[in-house]
Amino acid sequence: MIWELDFALLLFMILCAIAAITVRDLLHATIVLAAYSLLMTVLWSVMNAVDVAFTEAAVGAGITTVLFIAAIARTRRSSSD
Amino acid sequence: MRENVVIRTVSRIAVPFIQVFALYVIVHGALGAGGGFQGGVVFAASFILMTVAFGLTSVRKRLSNKWIVVYSVLGITIYAGIGLLCLLMGGNYLEYGVIETILGIPHLHGYLLDAVEIGIGITVMAVMTSIICDMADKGGESS
Repeated sequence: MIWELDFALLLFMILCAIAAITVRDLLHATIVLAAYSLLMTVLWSVMNAVDVAFTEAAVGAGITTVLFIAAIARTRRSSSD
Repeated sequence: MRENVVIRTVSRIAVPFIQVFALYVIVHGALGAGGGFQGGVVFAASFILMTVAFGLTSVRKRLSNKWIVVYSVLGITIYAGIGLLCLLMGGNYLEYGVIETILGIPHLHGYLLDAVEIGIGITVMAVMTSIICDMADKGGESS
């Protein structure tokens, strides 16, 4: 629709995706991935895919984040390599 | 964190609203955004909030492992049962119009659609809660 909005959302999404795989702390990576999911939700809404946006918000930003945090709590927080 | 008054109070207020919103999403799924899967996930999110605020044992007290198994089987039974009922009536799988035509009840199509969505919602709620509770379990706490 508005190309500036789409451009900004996609730019922040790419930044979040790069940050999520390059950051050393796994908890920070999880939170950045949740932010990526939130931007994805806004992008789906802009593209009039409300159903997909709802699923992305509920699963991507909600359940997956909690699942990753629970998994980090059971293992080590920082990567060693 | 178990003693944090702010988290406990906010959770006690928010959990009923989240659950009512989940039921709205499940029932309203045929008309607008949402559906059984999304509503079930939102319902499971309310149990996650309860796990964060009140600890795992209080969630286990309300929804033990036995009831999680019962709910997940019940939901998938509703879904598959209605689908096979359509098959028995001579239609395709989940073709509700056949039952409505044979029984002659008006708007039965919509009721069956809602029943299928409720079945999906129950199963998704039970399985998501089970996954999160098992991940949050430190061992020895499960019942």
